Amino acid sequence: MTDTIDDPVSSGESPSGQTVDASGTPGSAIEPDELVVLAPDVLANSLSDYLRAWLKRIRGGESGALPIIIGLIVICIFFEVQSSAFLTATNIVNLFVQATFIILLGMAELYALILSEIDLSVGFVGAVGAAIAMALMSSPQNWPWWAAIIVGMAACAVIGAFQGTIITRLRIPSFVVTLAGLLGWQGVLIYVFDVDKGAVGGVITISNSVIDDLVSGTMTPAAAWILLVVVVGLYALYSVLRSARRHAQGLTVPPLGITLLTVGATGLAGVVLVYVCNLNRGIATAPVRGVPWVIPVVVLILVAQSFLLARTRLGRYIYAIGASPEAARRAGIKVARIRTFAFALCSFTAGLAAVVYASRLGSISVGFDGGTYVLYAVAAAVIGGASLFGGYGKPIHPLLGGLVIATLTNGLALLNISTAGTDIATAVVLIVAVAVDSTLRRRGRGGAGA
Amino acid sequence: MTEGAPLLELRGVSKVFGAVRALDGVDFTVPAGKVTALAGDNGAGKSVLIKTVSGLWAPTDGQILWEGEPVHLHTPNDAEAHGITTIYQDLALCDNLDIVQNMFLGHERVRHRLLDESSMEKTARKTLDDLHVTTIRSIRQPVQSLSGGQRQSVAVAKAVMQSAKLVIMDEPTAALGVAQTIQVLELIKRLSSQGTAVVVVSHNLNDVFAVADQISILYLGRMVASGPADEFDRQVVVDYMTSGESTRAAAG
Repeated sequence: MTDTIDDPVSSGESPSGQTVDASGTPGSAIEPDELVVLAPDVLANSLSDYLRAWLKRIRGGESGALPIIIGLIVICIFFEVQSSAFLTATNIVNLFVQATFIILLGMAELYALILSEIDLSVGFVGAVGAAIAMALMSSPQNWPWWAAIIVGMAACAVIGAFQGTIITRLRIPSFVVTLAGLLGWQGVLIYVFDVDKGAVGGVITISNSVIDDLVSGTMTPAAAWILLVVVVGLYALYSVLRSARRHAQGLTVPPLGITLLTVGATGLAGVVLVYVCNLNRGIATAPVRGVPWVIPVVVLILVAQSFLLARTRLGRYIYAIGASPEAARRAGIKVARIRTFAFALCSFTAGLAAVVYASRLGSISVGFDGGTYVLYAVAAAVIGGASLFGGYGKPIHPLLGGLVIATLTNGLALLNISTAGTDIATAVVLIVAVAVDSTLRRRGRGGAGA
Repeated sequence: MTEGAPLLELRGVSKVFGAVRALDGVDFTVPAGKVTALAGDNGAGKSVLIKTVSGLWAPTDGQILWEGEPVHLHTPNDAEAHGITTIYQDLALCDNLDIVQNMFLGHERVRHRLLDESSMEKTARKTLDDLHVTTIRSIRQPVQSLSGGQRQSVAVAKAVMQSAKLVIMDEPTAALGVAQTIQVLELIKRLSSQGTAVVVVSHNLNDVFAVADQISILYLGRMVASGPADEFDRQVVVDYMTSGESTRAAAG
């Protein structure tokens, strides 16, 4: 790969070492300014190289998910010190279940955030879809649960496509369109309750056991272990095979140690999760144990979204448009169509979130607070590390951010702190998380922004 | 392709915006496999000319011939379908995507509906190697982490990979330092030695004389001089660029 000697300019006149082949130099030659924007797996050839690059990168301010995980652990330790009820199987499982709704809603919001847009309507749009689904599966309609869910989620997608069309074709900022949606879809939600004869006092109760069991039902402990082994095993097989194949073809590949470490960490997290969920959280005479169904469902949606964003054209285009709509347009991407589709996906995912919400409460009510929930969804994505400025963000970010918010809400409730206190604490954490992130970034990138 | 015809030929092309005649009966030929410098002062009509060729603006009058055949370039896609790629100063790269992803943006390869990263990475690496782009540490690093010259290289490699026959570069060295300018000029030479025609739009005489086989000079919308680079010297080019004529001219 080195320049040829008979090359007159670079061999004779080049005033610096710029044309020297950098790929032959060891990791120690990594430029400081490269560190902050390069993922360590791009630079490193071995595990120790990787760790060194990673440590430098953290010092450089590009810390990835680490601060948020540390923050989560600190918050957990704080609550455990304050209340012995915090780190119990009952409460931890409860916390996970509480987190699922905000996590899913954050994943919905993620589509808009990557595009450098915002969707303020996700709460009520999701609720409209869930309310339609719940109404259809209850009396007097009594549809099969799956048909009702399909119709409800399709309604969400149509609403999202409708809003996306207004945003892209009429060129109205998404903030304005979805702000109107925040008001308008709440109206539609109330209308659904008015029309549905099965709604009593503004509440549609879930009559279907499948949807009801989504949150309250659990897998048998053995089934959970088997599922975990299968999922982690497939993931490990996929990672290692992919790594080996790419290595054989001479392509860029992270060191094998990193692949194994990632798989190991995922496996460990899974084992802890299943173990805690399988502990008896009932009383001796009426034991309750097992992984609530909603957890594998959230994992499935997480995997699906990760795949869509990382491995398909649609996902690639969403990131491209988020960073530079002009570059995307010139590359021949149909920008308006992709953005509209992303808003449809956003609303669709919001619908799934609202179904989980309804399943947890056993009903959905006209008092659904979509205005507040959307703010939690944005906060979850941003606390977790997604950027409000577009182009960045992965499904893991709303997952982590959602866990932080749920932990705060849960822990503060255990300490008998009022809703007012919880809101204030969440606000402080949001500001601290974003401030820490942007301060580190500014230090690392010389003010280049997010 | 008509035998012996230049790759691109403009005959009497004019472009009128209201009362302004931005291009006035311009003749311009681009031979295949050579570097043609399009020089001119600010406002001479260089940008209008390349936007006409790249399909952004239709000419008011005149004819465009591609490989000897008259063509109508109504949209950038028309131009690209013929193999004309224009690299503007802003390069149109996505900062958050890596080099491979940028090079294939809009032309991704898929297998079973999923992105075929292995195949794309191989092709991207081969293209960069063929162009002797050696300063890039990893083609999986985001474009954000690249220097100006490296970004320019990625934009050029992208054009090459999409089998461009003519690459038009708008002021490719305007924002670059000395070392990076050398890199980009080297790249332009290599591109033409591989058989791709290059039009370099520039008012930097160092660049013009460093790479050009042919020089064409615009002055207030008219083509005032065209010819092989060795028939010009610096002073003559400056004369043409600033006054539209040269008394010292040996050629032109």
